[in-house]
Amino acid sequence: MTGTQNVPRVEAPPTSALSRPPAAAPPASRRRLPRRSTLVVLNALSIVGGIACWWLLARAGFQFPTPPEVVAKAMQLAANGTLQEDLLASLARVLTGFLIGSAVAVPVGFLMGWYTLARGLLEPWIQFFRTIPPLALLPLVLVLLGIGEVPKVFVIFLAAFLACVISTYQGVVSVDRTLIDAARVLGAKDGTIFARVVVPASTPFILVGMRVGLGSAWATLVAAELLAAPAGLGYRMQQAQLYYDLATIFVSIVVIGVLGLVMDRLLLLAETRLTGWQERR
Amino acid sequence: MNTKISVQEVRRTFPLKDEEFVALDGVSLDIADNEFVTVVGPSGCGKSTLMNILAGLDTPTSGRALVDGKDVLGPGPERGVIFQQYALFPWLTVRKNVEFGLKVAGLDAVQRRERADHFIRMVGLEQFADALPKMLSGGMKQRCAIARAYAVNPSILLMDEPFGALDALTRVTLQEQLLDTWNREKRTVLFITHDVDEAVFLANRVVVMAARPGRIYDVIDVGLPHPRTEEARLSPGFAELRNRVWHSVYHQAPGIAAGQ
Repeated sequence: MTGTQNVPRVEAPPTSALSRPPAAAPPASRRRLPRRSTLVVLNALSIVGGIACWWLLARAGFQFPTPPEVVAKAMQLAANGTLQEDLLASLARVLTGFLIGSAVAVPVGFLMGWYTLARGLLEPWIQFFRTIPPLALLPLVLVLLGIGEVPKVFVIFLAAFLACVISTYQGVVSVDRTLIDAARVLGAKDGTIFARVVVPASTPFILVGMRVGLGSAWATLVAAELLAAPAGLGYRMQQAQLYYDLATIFVSIVVIGVLGLVMDRLLLLAETRLTGWQERR
Repeated sequence: MNTKISVQEVRRTFPLKDEEFVALDGVSLDIADNEFVTVVGPSGCGKSTLMNILAGLDTPTSGRALVDGKDVLGPGPERGVIFQQYALFPWLTVRKNVEFGLKVAGLDAVQRRERADHFIRMVGLEQFADALPKMLSGGMKQRCAIARAYAVNPSILLMDEPFGALDALTRVTLQEQLLDTWNREKRTVLFITHDVDEAVFLANRVVVMAARPGRIYDVIDVGLPHPRTEEARLSPGFAELRNRVWHSVYHQAPGIAAGQ
């Protein structure tokens, strides 16, 4: 368990250890590197072990396709272009919804954090819709907006927006009062304080909100596609289910998982880049 | 000598549940140009409130606070403030922190850099100019904050227990550096502290405050010569002043409201 607790320390930018005066360097720094490689080895072992278990279960008579069958299916789907088509359709939906959602959430969150008027007017609606899973609105949205791309993108937008707006708002509200005072005594007016203090100070919160929003968007996407879509990873699974095509279902699951992971890592990378200034304790 | 800061009959109250808390009552104080005044007193005596009023971050309930003969209406770059919690912008490097006020003032990049580097050298942080605050020790952070305050060229420095969170050794070093800096670049300084030694070592004048209600209890002139070094700290004159201030802080006669 001590290994997992060390993860955030390991991810801190390596420069911090280098530019610190030698006296301040923690004595544990020598032990960090082996720990990291140990973790990677354990991760790899776990993945290989998991796939082996899957294979064994498939062999033992469960109705799973074996890993080679799934790979073969993936190749086949890629060869006839279905996989790429589904992947692009799903990615386009999730990215559109997620980007619009975040792009609207950040200014709305700032407005709510900065102006009592905006907070008072918007908060009840956001709190209300936050308690409804966006998917639960899908039937209504389908009726109102038809079965094209718009309803699916809309529920994804809602999922991403709600996660990100709350987080941004929290970020603005919790900006350290002393930092605002420090900027004011250096002559900064409201606009400057907003742009140079409130925005950067809230960035960690916004990025956390975006990560949560992305997860939420991704989950909503697949479910939305299960209900109504002409193409997409969720649609493909639903079709495969009709024909008892387990291999295709497995391919879709793996692709969804990998894409979600890749996007999450990209955001994490952005987070480390943009918020590396934070003191980690 | 010109009067730089004038506090006239300032009263500041804060509403409590069913009464009001008198943070400051009848506080009057004149500070001359380039004078170094320290304010010492028990907690709750309103010394930070007094500083916030002068910084323009708080307003008196009644009375006036004047700087250069004009009422303080809000914060301004002519009054630099140094906070106990350093208040460095954690996402900016030391240099960018020092440049912050210069950027607000509209200086171009070359001028900013030049000025910032001058004050970073003054506080001895040139090796850390491109470091983020998280890499600095507490003492270095406060030196950076001092450089940042100096950079906008304020005629007044308001310091709210700036060394309060530091260890004893760092504190003594920074006190000496601050005096050294002040001797080279004279400013009017109002320095809040709860440390009697610090108050005497730094000041031209020590203002002793009392609590409940917050008020000025005593004002003691410190005639120790400059530059002040370790020797000054160990001199009999210092010990005598220290005792006087100590007595004034810790054996205060009961205040008007102390019986409550």
